[in-house]
Amino acid sequence: MRLLEWVDARFPASKLWNEHLAHYYAPKNFNFWYFFGALALLILALQIVTGIFLTMHYKPDTELAFASVEYIMRDVEWGWLIRYLHSTGASAFFVVIYLHMFRGLLYGSYKKPRELVWIFGMLIYLALMAEAFMGYLLPWGQMSYWGAQVIISLFGAIPYIGEGLALWIRGDFVVADATLNRFFAFHVIAVPLVLLGLVVAHIIALHEVGSNNPDGVEIKQVKDDEGIPVDGIAFHPYYSVKDLVGVIVFLFIFSIILFYMPEMGGWFLEKDNFIPADPLKTPEHIVPLWYFTPFYAILRAVPDKLFGVIAMGGAIFVLFLIPWLDRSPVKSIRYRGPLFKVALTIFTMSFLALGYLGTQPATGLYTLMAQVFSILYFSFFLFMPLYTAIDKDKPVPHRVT
Amino acid sequence: MKLTLGLLLSLTAFFASPAYAASSKVALDNVELDLSDKASLQRGAKIFMNYCLSCHSASYMRYNRMGKDLGLSDKQVKESLMFASDKVGDTMTVAMRPEDAKKWFGVVPPDLSVISRARGTDWLYTYLRSYYLDTDKPLGTNNLVFTDVGMPHVLWQEQGYLRKDSDNQLHALTGDQEMAFEYSMMIRDLVNFMAYIGEPSKIERLALGKWVLLYLVLFFFVAYPLKKAFWEDVH
Amino acid sequence: MTNTVDVDKRRFLTNATTVVGGIGAIAVAIPFISSLSPSAKAQAAGAPVAVDISKLAIGQMITAEWRGKPVWVLRRSEETLATLPTLVSELRDPDSDNTDQQPDYCKNPGRSIRDDILVVVGICTHLGCSPTHRPELAPEDLGSDWKGGFFCPCHGSTFDLAGRVYSGVPAPTNLVVPPYHYLSENQLLIGEDSQGVA
Repeated sequence: MRLLEWVDARFPASKLWNEHLAHYYAPKNFNFWYFFGALALLILALQIVTGIFLTMHYKPDTELAFASVEYIMRDVEWGWLIRYLHSTGASAFFVVIYLHMFRGLLYGSYKKPRELVWIFGMLIYLALMAEAFMGYLLPWGQMSYWGAQVIISLFGAIPYIGEGLALWIRGDFVVADATLNRFFAFHVIAVPLVLLGLVVAHIIALHEVGSNNPDGVEIKQVKDDEGIPVDGIAFHPYYSVKDLVGVIVFLFIFSIILFYMPEMGGWFLEKDNFIPADPLKTPEHIVPLWYFTPFYAILRAVPDKLFGVIAMGGAIFVLFLIPWLDRSPVKSIRYRGPLFKVALTIFTMSFLALGYLGTQPATGLYTLMAQVFSILYFSFFLFMPLYTAIDKDKPVPHRVT
Repeated sequence: MKLTLGLLLSLTAFFASPAYAASSKVALDNVELDLSDKASLQRGAKIFMNYCLSCHSASYMRYNRMGKDLGLSDKQVKESLMFASDKVGDTMTVAMRPEDAKKWFGVVPPDLSVISRARGTDWLYTYLRSYYLDTDKPLGTNNLVFTDVGMPHVLWQEQGYLRKDSDNQLHALTGDQEMAFEYSMMIRDLVNFMAYIGEPSKIERLALGKWVLLYLVLFFFVAYPLKKAFWEDVH
Repeated sequence: MTNTVDVDKRRFLTNATTVVGGIGAIAVAIPFISSLSPSAKAQAAGAPVAVDISKLAIGQMITAEWRGKPVWVLRRSEETLATLPTLVSELRDPDSDNTDQQPDYCKNPGRSIRDDILVVVGICTHLGCSPTHRPELAPEDLGSDWKGGFFCPCHGSTFDLAGRVYSGVPAPTNLVVPPYHYLSENQLLIGEDSQGVA
């Protein structure tokens, strides 16, 4: 251990280890919902490593991009595995992040003193959407092309500067080589750097205030003689061994998809993306990636281009405000009154319904349903200050149960 | 927990719903394929090389890779399956120039490397069996699945000609039941081969999958007791 | 409630998990590491190349490209072949004892299958430059003893017309003879010996 002492005198290796793992005390009552933070970190690492290796073979050129992906799938040794890890990982990332965010809603993890943890988390979510969107252009298939075309056109809705802005983003009159090249640069270096920085900030903020838990009780309020929370246990080894089990179960499900259904019936790899991008021919159904469909449905529900874009942006932005919209003194759903429980249920159903509707053609009944669910979606936030203030919350225990 | 379950259930329902409404009005015939059936793949390869590759390329697929996966030596591939080029390391390109193709067919015949993944195997299987006589068309044929398709009925000698009746059913003009059955088997082999070139690593992928899952199960049975052992003192 | 923790059990399970997890980590590393080796495309491009030597005059040299490297094919004259044994004392490895530098069937005085035809990879064994062919006798810059050979402009290494390295130059070994064989009298295939691909 002489080496460690030598290092510690020059770099806080042991200090960092202790502060964030061995002497970081987490509530002992974490449940199923608390696996997803660690899993998100695992997938981030997976995406970075597989991404680096894909970059070694991929060519960001409209003439070569599609073929280089097939080159990876066939000619590069194990290229197919690395590519599928990356494509399946992208969808898995959103599954895990959505469940992680839902956990925050369930147990009030965004409430004081964790507002910044939530804000950093939301920024991560935004960066992740940008990362996914730009990454999806790279295979240069039909869906890549037309998806990018549609999303970039959204910027055209902004009054006065919109068209110029869309042109500037593309760097050409349509999505073209210039667009592909800059998206590549953003996807492989710019956004990942931002993402990593935000993840560090998210974790530092969390470890400053301490983790919430399914009871929404602050464990730091009851400490023993040594100043350790009575209901806290060291993250390492307790949660490292527990998360390892979670990781194995996750990898099992992940592997089933990866090895037996990497296209996931068209949800993870879309059929039309096996046709090279053709700027002269739009596919019959342009469907965004499944993790964008709720917002896409909101966009289409509004019969006005500008307000549609505003509604879509607002649907994401409003999530940033939750810490201040929620007036209840209670964090966890366990001790919330019926109003919040009903509201959260309706919100969750609306989100899923919008997600489904975003995959369907925008015709008559579907559009009407999307409008109804969009209103319900926004109502959750709009009326939150009201119903959380008058809700019949139950008494919160002093200690975790 | 109830919420968890509800959420998972709705997620399952979400994933189970079809990604796309079928775009053509014709019901597709289901075809059972078997990538481990090397004889079928070899027959399919032969049909592919003889009929498809004269106009279509499969420019991401290498001859020697195909030979390896289909259990053929480089020499066998060279002698019985290679007409367009002479190096087994080459990909399956086509001699026809795109400009000429455009002139002759109106469109450039698409590359077939990943067509099975873009169209789906059921679609290919049905499409290749749905040509019928249509005197209004310059080629004299049309297709139920792909209306006004630019490709002629290349395999007419194998299938004979069909005609379409008023309720969109196809009937054989020439040939008998046996011929129709044999043609279907032939197309199955061809589609099997096209599914193979769509993703040559699929064979490897499926083979590896079970070992990875087996390893994870083993890992679980070590890691879970470890978690138990540590959590003994958490009350 | 027990206060005694079974330390042995924990230690055993920790070790077991580390071993199983470690095996998994190594297994995962394999695909990533092998993805960097030459792809099927690179291998196809590096396939054996055929060279026609029917028009190769005595003293003439042609350069073929195999795996992206220059391969020299030189037809040597009787006089050249006669000088080779006289150089032995000036060479570092006159008998081609370093078996990495040529196939077994080329471990002979001329370092070739047919005496007159030399086939070598035209890459200096020092730091990878491509030497120049200097067949002339006793040029000004190479001195009066020069019997014809190869001169590397980068660091001045010299080789005789069998690709053997002279003593006292930076290059440590003789030029590499690639695997090759004759398909017919005037057709040779570089990159594959008569047993198959090297």
